[in-house]
Amino acid sequence: MAATLPPPRLLPSGDSAVTVEFSRTIDDAANERVLALDKALLAAPIEGISETIPTYRSLLVHYDPGKIGFDALGEKLLALASQPLPPTTTARRWRIPVAYGGEHGIDLEDVAKALNTTPDDIVARHAGGDYRVAMIGFTPGWSYLSGLDKSLHMSRRESPRLFTPAGTISIGGIQAGIQCLAAPSGWQLLGRTPVRTYHLHRNPTFLTEPGDRVTFFAIDHKTFEELNRAAEAGEIVAEQVDA
Amino acid sequence: MSRLIVASIGPASSVQDGGRLGAQRYGLTVSGAMDRLALSAANTLVGNEPFAAAVEIGPFGATFTARDGAVRIAISGAPRNADVAGKPVAMDSSVTLKDGETLTLGFARGGAFSYLAIEGAIKGEEVFGSLAVNARAGLGSPYPRPLQAGDEFAVDAASGAPELRIELPKPVSGPIRVVLGPQDDEFDDANKALFLESEWKISATSDRMGYRLEGPAIKHLHGHNIVSDGTVNGSIQVPGNGAPIALMMDRGTSGGYPKIATVITADVGRLAQTSAGTAFRFKAVGIAEAQDEARKFQQLIRTLPDRLRASDTVELNIEALSDANVAGYAVSAMDAGTWQVTAEP
Repeated sequence: MAATLPPPRLLPSGDSAVTVEFSRTIDDAANERVLALDKALLAAPIEGISETIPTYRSLLVHYDPGKIGFDALGEKLLALASQPLPPTTTARRWRIPVAYGGEHGIDLEDVAKALNTTPDDIVARHAGGDYRVAMIGFTPGWSYLSGLDKSLHMSRRESPRLFTPAGTISIGGIQAGIQCLAAPSGWQLLGRTPVRTYHLHRNPTFLTEPGDRVTFFAIDHKTFEELNRAAEAGEIVAEQVDA
Repeated sequence: MSRLIVASIGPASSVQDGGRLGAQRYGLTVSGAMDRLALSAANTLVGNEPFAAAVEIGPFGATFTARDGAVRIAISGAPRNADVAGKPVAMDSSVTLKDGETLTLGFARGGAFSYLAIEGAIKGEEVFGSLAVNARAGLGSPYPRPLQAGDEFAVDAASGAPELRIELPKPVSGPIRVVLGPQDDEFDDANKALFLESEWKISATSDRMGYRLEGPAIKHLHGHNIVSDGTVNGSIQVPGNGAPIALMMDRGTSGGYPKIATVITADVGRLAQTSAGTAFRFKAVGIAEAQDEARKFQQLIRTLPDRLRASDTVELNIEALSDANVAGYAVSAMDAGTWQVTAEP
């Protein structure tokens, strides 16, 4: 990485938050800078910052204007963001079981048809991918993944569904996702995982962190039911391996 | 312990507090009171911390009954007729319900949300430091959903403290103030001007997640799909159809539509209390002015205890007005606040 990094843009999000924007597009290099700044702020907190939210391309910094003003905070953030990135530490990798197709992945056949191939081929390409958790947002535990195979990039549904089930594994545009709670979604639904990325009565409550690596493996629908019961009871049911 | 029974209640009523902070990075919605000043005023009246858990009551009426002992409560926020056993109760004041007595609240007269605080606060199981209801995520305590008739709260027995009223500053009128951005550069000058100079109304389909704004369509420069990034309370995003949505307390923590502006902290509660169909405008202010207003708003909440007064003066004034046969027919005589000529403390 070059010694001088281009400075991020500081965009006010009202009087109590600032968006530190590293890029306008989805870009792993920008996401790494987002996560590096986030880590730096967690390691050496700036007085007045209450919460940070890393996303694909920017870090949203919530702060108390009673403790620090926009200009003073902006200077500190720019100084931190211009520092060279720390050496990449070993990320953890989650192997996530997925029951593909059928009632659990109602768009699998249509996706295969649209891409002129078979459902099995779609499963192989999706499960074979090497993903990174770029951000978590929208609803608790919803993990947005970068690293979707280019051959699977396709547009979202014209009209979003008002309901998609908990555990939905889906793709939307150039993104892939692990959805924890039932929610509206316009993405293509390929399968469901029994893994809860968010479980209130489990330690840890949240499974995934931005920067984690993810791969998927196919399970049959009977295994899904078994793992789903275990996960409901508080088991993690994803396999953790060193990346 | 006493109990406070929800004898009847309308939709859009739930337990809310200062919100669930610290886990937005995991997608955990903040929630919390739509009008933080009103929540704080109600809590201050009964000696609670300003952001303690209280009942947020939607635009419809509600009744609450004390059981197994007396319960001291206070109401603030959207004005409505209120009485205990037929005796009027003023907004922005405390009152003690004797065992078996019922507090009856009418429809909101202007605004949407009122707050019923209970002495000793609502008790429950906190998640990330909050009891606030977020129905979508199944969070909130003691009920992780909107309130229903028959729900009840285990509460402290009334202390017998003298009843109080609170003198709030005169409500600010005029436009809802915003800071432009974070994505105002996704709009050309003509569309930014259209946003700032048009009259807006809040759609009836609005809820705690977002207020849909009715007015002219705002056009984007580069289309409506941006890469998702973080949201705050009061973010005004513009989806593909050009109809802006002001994100409120139950907002998703991230969103993928360009955000043209952000409502300043001091005005989020005012926007929350703007009734559907009421025309209003926005006004852009600089970040320095917005932060000044935010600090004043913090200061106001911190100093609410200085605004407490003995409540008997209110009753005397109502009686005086009634005796003079000035207010005999006026519905709003129930709302003692409207009869007070209060100096700014």
